[in-house]
Amino acid sequence: MQEFKWPYPLDYGKEEKITADVLILGGGIAGCMAAISAARKGQKVVVVEKGATKMSGAGGSGCDHWESAATNPCSKVTPEELTQAMLDDNDGYNNGISHYIECREGYDRLLDIEKMGGKIRDTEDEFVGAAFRDEATKLMFAYDYENKITLRVWGTTFKPAMYREMKKLGIRIVDRVMVTSLLTQSGNQGNRCIGATGLHTRTGKFYIFSSKSTIMCLSRPARIWMFSSDHTGLCEFRPTQCIGDGHAMGWRIGAEFTMMEKSVRTEFSAAGRSYPPYGAGNNHNSWYGASIIDSTGKEIPYADRDGKILKSVEERFLPAKGQKFFMKGGSVDDPKHAIEGPETLPFGDMLKKGYKLPFYADLTTLPDTERRAIWGMMIGEEGKTRVPVYENYKKAGFDPTKHVLQCYGTGWTSASFLPQERQLFGLPGGFLNDWELKTNIEGLYAAGDCLYASNCYGHAASTGYYAGRHASAYALKEGIIEPDKNQTEAEKKRIYAPLQNNPETSIGWKELNMGISKTMQNYCGDAKSDDLLNTGLKILKNYEKDVVPATFAYNPHELMRLLEVFDILTVSQMIIYASLARKSSSKVLCFNRIDNEQEETENDRRLITLRLAENKVVYDEKPLDFFGDLKDNYEKFNQDYMGGKQNV
Amino acid sequence: MSENQNMPYTEMPASKPIVIDAGKCTGCNSCVEICMVDLFIPGPERGKPPVVLYPGECWYCGCCVMVCPEEGAITLRHPLMNQAHWVEKAELLK
Ligand SMILES: Cc1cc2nc3c(=O)[nH]c(=O)nc-3n(C[C@H](O)[C@H](O)[C@H](O)COP(=O)(O)OP(=O)(O)OC[C@H]3O[C@@H](n4cnc5c(N)ncnc54)[C@H](O)[C@@H]3O)c2cc1C
Ligand code: SF4
Ligand code: SF4
Repeated sequence: MQEFKWPYPLDYGKEEKITADVLILGGGIAGCMAAISAARKGQKVVVVEKGATKMSGAGGSGCDHWESAATNPCSKVTPEELTQAMLDDNDGYNNGISHYIECREGYDRLLDIEKMGGKIRDTEDEFVGAAFRDEATKLMFAYDYENKITLRVWGTTFKPAMYREMKKLGIRIVDRVMVTSLLTQSGNQGNRCIGATGLHTRTGKFYIFSSKSTIMCLSRPARIWMFSSDHTGLCEFRPTQCIGDGHAMGWRIGAEFTMMEKSVRTEFSAAGRSYPPYGAGNNHNSWYGASIIDSTGKEIPYADRDGKILKSVEERFLPAKGQKFFMKGGSVDDPKHAIEGPETLPFGDMLKKGYKLPFYADLTTLPDTERRAIWGMMIGEEGKTRVPVYENYKKAGFDPTKHVLQCYGTGWTSASFLPQERQLFGLPGGFLNDWELKTNIEGLYAAGDCLYASNCYGHAASTGYYAGRHASAYALKEGIIEPDKNQTEAEKKRIYAPLQNNPETSIGWKELNMGISKTMQNYCGDAKSDDLLNTGLKILKNYEKDVVPATFAYNPHELMRLLEVFDILTVSQMIIYASLARKSSSKVLCFNRIDNEQEETENDRRLITLRLAENKVVYDEKPLDFFGDLKDNYEKFNQDYMGGKQNV
Repeated sequence: MSENQNMPYTEMPASKPIVIDAGKCTGCNSCVEICMVDLFIPGPERGKPPVVLYPGECWYCGCCVMVCPEEGAITLRHPLMNQAHWVEKAELLK
């Protein structure tokens, strides 16, 4: 066979030990802001990142909406009102703590990022006079121009700015290292977290990190149900390497999770039916406010939440009569009447009325500022749009004053999927947190998308920064504990085991991922029953027993991909365990039991939590509002921050 | 047409997200270092283009193109199945 020389040294089995006061796992948005926060508290901070921190993570290539900035000077909505709306919108199945932090501190973080060099206002006066621009502050808003809670931002500038700030603060950044496990005191499940292990994704070297406190910022699981071996990187909305390692390693040491039974019918997979995000005709997110026309040029009307047809473009950005405010974007899928914003009439109804397919997004008739904001700013600054959409479409001749862009399906997802094709999307399950963003494990904090019911850039930045403060306070009181040799040796054995196998007779990461995904589609799809779930669990356990020991990887990069799939296997089992514990159906959790179709009663409306103790699954419950009064509790835990020392 | 019977041990990939123009690329490896997916490896020869080793893992974020110092050296292209269509509005109104 034709061979090539691996371009990096191979250091399998070699060890490097690194010590930190505060250890940050993941150099995405939450991780970077956590690191900055802890370093400003005087802590020695180490960040471990699988990719390259400078532009890694879901927000690395950009972001155009900063949501829930309730404390910005133009906002007419309070943090309490906004968080309550998010809770109500999900019938209480939402993370009151983390979203309150987002609403309360998000704007502080945006100002912080501006100081680091990020662009958050129209300093070049390109949009003077636009309906969405506040002339005094030059801030630009999206969606509800009356209430001004979501900002339009130049997000391509953010991650590089954070990276420079981290360098300036002397934060040690360890790139190209995959965190593979968490270390605990004496190596026991449920004990204090005292560090982590890692694998260098190019050299295969083994890392042992020791820390006083640790912040989990590894995003959320993916590729559980959706897999394509040809287009692995396009299977899901979030980056290729964000597949839930953090959940799996947290589970193994006894961290507590909730809402893991929630999954939604797939909304987005460009390895399947979706088109590139923000790259097909639609009128959501970056494209909100665009006109939609049929193939004869006839416009589909917008209506407000009460069905009143809107005559002007301006009205698309205003609340309905008697409505306090409306919400769109990130965490809002199927809005309740209270916060429902303007929307085009249902496409199905339009077809019955004789409108002709295909439909198109039409910017040609919008006011010039609106058109330039959508095409050029939002499409350009939004993640994954600068090069693959904005520049490439422009090169291919797309002109927003002349051309209209075809819609595929309805909504931003540009596709519809089968019921068993599922994703953890919107506000899925994750780590359970308290008011310090601490998990149930001493010394282990969590922030960003890995928290239960969490989403969005501003949320990640503000929870990251917040966790950084609280993890620093913990680090100030506690010392370093030497990792347990048995635990690190066992981990070494686990991660290098596949290298010993014979490639001729072993299977690779793609085959295992596909096997898991098909199992999850078959036994933990939309239609759930104890019989199916238990059968699926048995298959996954057999994979763990028989298939995992028979896998192979050619090099450190493939070994990383294989270890990721082992984590996908773990997370899949967590999802089945959580599903087994929820006994009735729940619309808001998109949880459909065919052996008990009865919708949940008031008694069932609780958070089900699960964790491992002595390697057995332990379930518990919490009331949906376990976090108590938002404002009171926030203030109780954050006197320090509120004393005007925001940047300390 | 070549009648050379020597074949590479490989097949055409399902898609080619990245195309590098060897004439413009200086082999600086900035793209290799920024890609969070790490789908490239540096080319075997200094000053020559990197190798796209794992094209199927591409997330299509465009960061590699954003950091490339040589205009036009690297191109990101959506797979054919994901290429959206547009038309001139005037055509629809005809
Ligand atoms: C295309 C796109 C556009 C978006 N646009 C917006 C927007 O306009 N507004 C908005 O509010 N939100 C937006 N979002 C969502 C927002 O970007 C995310 O919610 C946010 O980035 C989450 O931050 P995080 O730190 O939790 O995760 P990430 O930023 O994804 O960071 C996780 C990091 O962990 C690393 N990692 C994963 N596993 C390991 C491991 N085992 N070891 C080491 N490192 C690991 C990853 O490489 C990554 O860098 C968008 C998301 C996408 C994908
Ligand atoms: S588009 Fe993104 S994922 Fe693909 S090669 Fe470039 S940097 Fe890597
Ligand atoms: S960044 Fe550009 S010039 Fe440098 S190696 Fe990559 S393609 Fe070549």
